[in-house]
Amino acid sequence: MSTASPTTGTPKRSFTTSAAVYVNERTSIAGFVKELGRKAFPDHWSFLLGEVALFSFVVILISGTFLTFFFQASMAEVHYDGSYVPLKGVEMSVAMASTLDISFDIRGGLFVRQMHHWAALLFVAAIGLHMLRIYFTGAFRKPREFNWVIGFTLFILAMAEGFTGYSLPDDLLSGNGLRIIDGLVKGIPVIGTWTSFLIFGGEFPGTQIVGRLYSLHIMILPALVIAFIALHLVFVVVHKHTQYAGPGKTPQNAVGPPILPIYAAKAGGFFFIIFGVLALIAALFTINPIWNYGPYDPSPVSAGTQPDWYIGFADGALRLIPPGWEFVWLDRTWSFNILVPLIAIGIFIVLVLMYPFIEAWITGDKREHHIADRPRNAPTRTAIGAAGVTFYAGLWAAASSDILATHFWLTMEGVIHALQAVVIIGPFIAYFITKRVCIALQKKDREIVLHGYESGRIVRLPGGEYIEVHEPLDEYDRWRLVSFESYAPLMIRPNARGKITAGQKFRASLSRWFFEDRIAPVTKGELESGHGEHH
Amino acid sequence: MAQDDNSGAELAAADSSHAAHASDASPGTALIVQDAFENPGFPAHRPRVTDENPQREKRAQRTVYTLFYLSILGSLWAVAAYMLFPMESNNPGDVRLNNLFIGLGAALALLALGIGIVHWGKSVMEDVELVDERHPIGGSPETQAAAVKVFTDSDRESGFTRRSVIRNSLIGAIVVFPLPALVLFRGLAPQDQLPVPLLSHTMWRKGTRLALDPSGAPIKASDVTIGSAFHVIPEGLNDLEHGKLDEKAKAAVLLMRLEPSELNELPERKDWSYDGIVAYSKICTHVGCPVALYEQHTHHLLCPCHQSQFDVANHCEVIFGPAKRPLPQLPIAIDDEGYLIAQSDFTEPVGPSFWERH
Repeated sequence: MSTASPTTGTPKRSFTTSAAVYVNERTSIAGFVKELGRKAFPDHWSFLLGEVALFSFVVILISGTFLTFFFQASMAEVHYDGSYVPLKGVEMSVAMASTLDISFDIRGGLFVRQMHHWAALLFVAAIGLHMLRIYFTGAFRKPREFNWVIGFTLFILAMAEGFTGYSLPDDLLSGNGLRIIDGLVKGIPVIGTWTSFLIFGGEFPGTQIVGRLYSLHIMILPALVIAFIALHLVFVVVHKHTQYAGPGKTPQNAVGPPILPIYAAKAGGFFFIIFGVLALIAALFTINPIWNYGPYDPSPVSAGTQPDWYIGFADGALRLIPPGWEFVWLDRTWSFNILVPLIAIGIFIVLVLMYPFIEAWITGDKREHHIADRPRNAPTRTAIGAAGVTFYAGLWAAASSDILATHFWLTMEGVIHALQAVVIIGPFIAYFITKRVCIALQKKDREIVLHGYESGRIVRLPGGEYIEVHEPLDEYDRWRLVSFESYAPLMIRPNARGKITAGQKFRASLSRWFFEDRIAPVTKGELESGHGEHH
Repeated sequence: MAQDDNSGAELAAADSSHAAHASDASPGTALIVQDAFENPGFPAHRPRVTDENPQREKRAQRTVYTLFYLSILGSLWAVAAYMLFPMESNNPGDVRLNNLFIGLGAALALLALGIGIVHWGKSVMEDVELVDERHPIGGSPETQAAAVKVFTDSDRESGFTRRSVIRNSLIGAIVVFPLPALVLFRGLAPQDQLPVPLLSHTMWRKGTRLALDPSGAPIKASDVTIGSAFHVIPEGLNDLEHGKLDEKAKAAVLLMRLEPSELNELPERKDWSYDGIVAYSKICTHVGCPVALYEQHTHHLLCPCHQSQFDVANHCEVIFGPAKRPLPQLPIAIDDEGYLIAQSDFTEPVGPSFWERH
């Protein structure tokens, strides 16, 4: 493609053609366009969740760039002299004062600031939902394991972006958030105290932290997010998108509208819709009114303080620790009230990150998978997901334990004890219920395939008996219900040296746990023999 | 990569069972059903309303360009709102109007644009659906072999495996070279400060007056009525030139007066209070939030961040929540003029626990 195409003097070339030829002869872009322009892109509403995340990130970049022209990341003390009368003369940092100026003295500044904050909230939420979609449809399986890891890393980076941004205005709420980070870091054995001094440039709060967070927030973290998003999308192109099972769709094809023009129109339009919805929210709803909180001061705090929603799970984990989990041992302080939440969240994160590899090891399935599972057809995976969601939700709710208590007239202690139960027992209950529901739904699918769907037509037989006529499915509808695979538990077999290793036994027991309750898809033979008996 | 001109019919005819595509990769424990149903192939294409009804197509076109004009209107409105709703009078109401009308204009511009484009794509553009063939992600065996050859060739030519001394010393140098950069970051913390002594002392001294937060006015013992609570800072904090917040983050104190009979004081701290007036550090021993909520009739202090509760009547021991240690007590007395003063600094580090604390 790099060779210049002979453009013999054909009559009448349109401007578009001429321009395209001009550019191509200097960039070789034709090959790229040929490869990508007409790629089929499978379509489903749930595939939009990742787009929501991507587009809200673009909105964050655009609005954030505007804010950098006005925000000053300095903790030098000034007496506020802007338009917001209640704070006139109050001592605060330049960071806080410039944020107030953005809100009260720069036209449209508040609008952009609010859009930035709302977009950040949506960004993290959309990544979370997108990950749930990927998880529950098994779209992380080979060849997409790395992309799961990249996506999950983006989720962590997004939270880091959110937290660093939230801390920049140096208001009372964000300062208390940093105080909690300081306390957390100090609780880490051996390195905690020094690490806290490194982060804050000395004692808390110091005069450094806002500037440092600003470097992270506008330079290091966005660069990483952009790099990982680029990688993520390259892999989407390389793998082609997954698709749901359906007539005509096979593991060897990708079916959908072409990227140019329909997909581009839908996705491009969707970007503006996301942008517009965020603009509408920013126009109508206040977010993070720092002028109500005032500048950071280590002494005051108000009741019912809440972090931004995505930090809630970590804050909740801290609240759920029972009293007394701190000891002095070997002349050193061991703060298990801080270590246990950190370790629990760390394990949770590692398990989520590694899940594709864990499941691949258990199934031993080395094939590529391009058809997204219906969640019911992978009951154990779906149940594990539900357990994980319950665990996260319990921690998350705990961050609002005081709000829950005051709103519902409960005791503070009662809420904490109930949520401790949710976090520890809840996942098991959720696992059990979800697995049973999945299997029940699979049984229902089998029943529909074997005996047809209820037509609503009641027929009276000559003998006086009433029956409801069941209509058989057409082959297209049937395909949706039978085109899945089931896995059998792994059989333990001795290896080449005639031994059964402990690793194999462990793997077999995991495999049994995964697959011993399973419902196989209906086969042709079953359907044919099933026709004989009448229901 | 992509093959775009596969017709649906061709693929529908292809064998579609899951087993078919499995090259030589192991299916693990997946069951390959022998008499599985066959993929029925693509159902017949269903035309849209706009394909069949020219009037509806016309209407869709009208909708699309109307939306685009509406979008232009929204953008112009946002620009006009910038000028029509200035923020000049120190009046927060102006800010609200400015925010609202710029925002509504921008939202209209963006939403109309977005909905218009999507509508164009869904209703007016030809309803094309393509089928791409997927190929193994690993590429063809020839490509893989060629890639392997690249590596073996370059290994042979460079001697990367053969010349192990060169290779290992290279790895060593590469591992070590970022170390200086890492060490430079030591400068994030001040070179001349030791954390532990700093964290172990506050600006309270023998004789420092207890002053109101934030005004800094000293407090007379006679002004502290039973049941009241005061937010307290050391006198002189407000005059500090540097590090005011650092000092305040350690020295903030809560002052409360209880009925002396209700106070259950430790024997060694009998003389740390004055006539039922007690002073405790306000910085939570969990992760350092200010323990600012005092419930008068139960004498309980609550930290709003993580709900640790401390019982003031019982030397601020923890009665609920993740904190472990009681809030440190500030020994107080009164001076000749009747003002409350500290007898000394806190006798233990205040605030969150840290490793070297014992």
